[in-house]
Amino acid sequence: MIAIINTGCANINSVRFAFERLGRTPEVITSPEQLKNFERAILPGVGHASVAMKRLVEGGWQQAINEYQRPLMGICLGMQLLCDSTEEGNVQCLGKIPGQVNALDVGNLTSPHMGWNNLILNREHALTKGLDENDQVYFVHSFAHTVNDATLVSGEYGQTFSAIVANDNYAGMQFHPERSAKVGTRLLQNFLDWQV
Amino acid sequence: MLSKRIIPCLDVKDGQVVKGVKFKGHEIVGDILTLAQAYSEAGADELVFYEISASVEKRLLDVNWVESIARHIDIPFCVAGGIKSVADAARVLERGADKISINSPAIARPELIKELHDEFGKQCVVVGIDSFYDEVTGEYLVYQLTGDPNASSRTRYKTEEWVKRVQDLGAGEIVLNCMNQDGVRNGYDNKQLSKMRALCDIPLIASGGAGTMQDFVDVFQQSQVDGALAASVFHKNVINIGELKQYLTDNQVAARLCN
Repeated sequence: MIAIINTGCANINSVRFAFERLGRTPEVITSPEQLKNFERAILPGVGHASVAMKRLVEGGWQQAINEYQRPLMGICLGMQLLCDSTEEGNVQCLGKIPGQVNALDVGNLTSPHMGWNNLILNREHALTKGLDENDQVYFVHSFAHTVNDATLVSGEYGQTFSAIVANDNYAGMQFHPERSAKVGTRLLQNFLDWQV
Repeated sequence: MLSKRIIPCLDVKDGQVVKGVKFKGHEIVGDILTLAQAYSEAGADELVFYEISASVEKRLLDVNWVESIARHIDIPFCVAGGIKSVADAARVLERGADKISINSPAIARPELIKELHDEFGKQCVVVGIDSFYDEVTGEYLVYQLTGDPNASSRTRYKTEEWVKRVQDLGAGEIVLNCMNQDGVRNGYDNKQLSKMRALCDIPLIASGGAGTMQDFVDVFQQSQVDGALAASVFHKNVINIGELKQYLTDNQVAARLCN
């Protein structure tokens, strides 16, 4: 069973529907005590990091996520919340993925980084299985994790940044696999197949 | 490299996809779910659902459609039609929309843009602008309530000032509907789009006028827009999305190919 952690952010349904299209029925959970009963978990997120982090802390999720030993993946802001800290609102995050999240330096490009873009494979991993250099996924963000040892796949927009990260049983995708057509579907299937 | 987005738009009235010419004389062109799924599978980069009569009838769009579509497509999904408050937007996003687009309600109450930005983040907030070129004065003018020819009216804004204003209020993207070009398939208004492109640094989407695949190449090369929205050429199978993506690539426009 897959849990989708709901901390009050709006669009939980996009992620839920994507797993349903893969033949799974995820459960949206709203209390941290429920987390340990699930085989895998997704931490979605949209909006402002400081608001989302405050909700996680006040809702008691920090400890539950810390103690969780099965695959847990953050999507978009959810991925950023798993890192050490973020420049957005200058907040400490969950510290499960080493590294900082900083404002994307887009130069003279439009911001936010919104749209379909390529992926660059840095390191083979169960989560990157079947990924092709021509594959594109859908990004919407203006902050990003700086490439380091946790980076499996990177992206390029004004600067290089992490697109997929993993550390132990924690992982993150900066883009929206649930809205990235066939490529995204394959990446979500990789998450379902990932054994830690 | 960031791909230029191809965005089919479902203009919906009474539960059917319709299309008019210059915002008038709407005819039924297809079924909502059938078209939504077909575009998603054909390689569309985003889908817009717009219930055209909602704002005119002073009500929120039918959110049941939002959920039905969101279940069946795996591309970004933007929804428009009578969203007048943070509470309205929350209902639409909860049902599975990724972004919400506002038009007439933003003209009535510009602060709405900032409220939506603060609650959901910039990436969720798209502002649609219906712009009419007045050939007599040479001015670009903003219109409202264009979903119904009898309710449609000129606003107090010139397009240039409204583009700057909505960006300052926190819009994450602008869709510029060039009314003179709508539904006539004579090409996008590249002159107007280039002018507005220079005034904002958020993503700008061209709308109105697509007739041939070359029109898409022209708008991306001449106006530097981030995406191009079209309706009738896709609904009536004048242009196939897969072939269009290949044509863009062959003409050095960055596009997402789906094989």
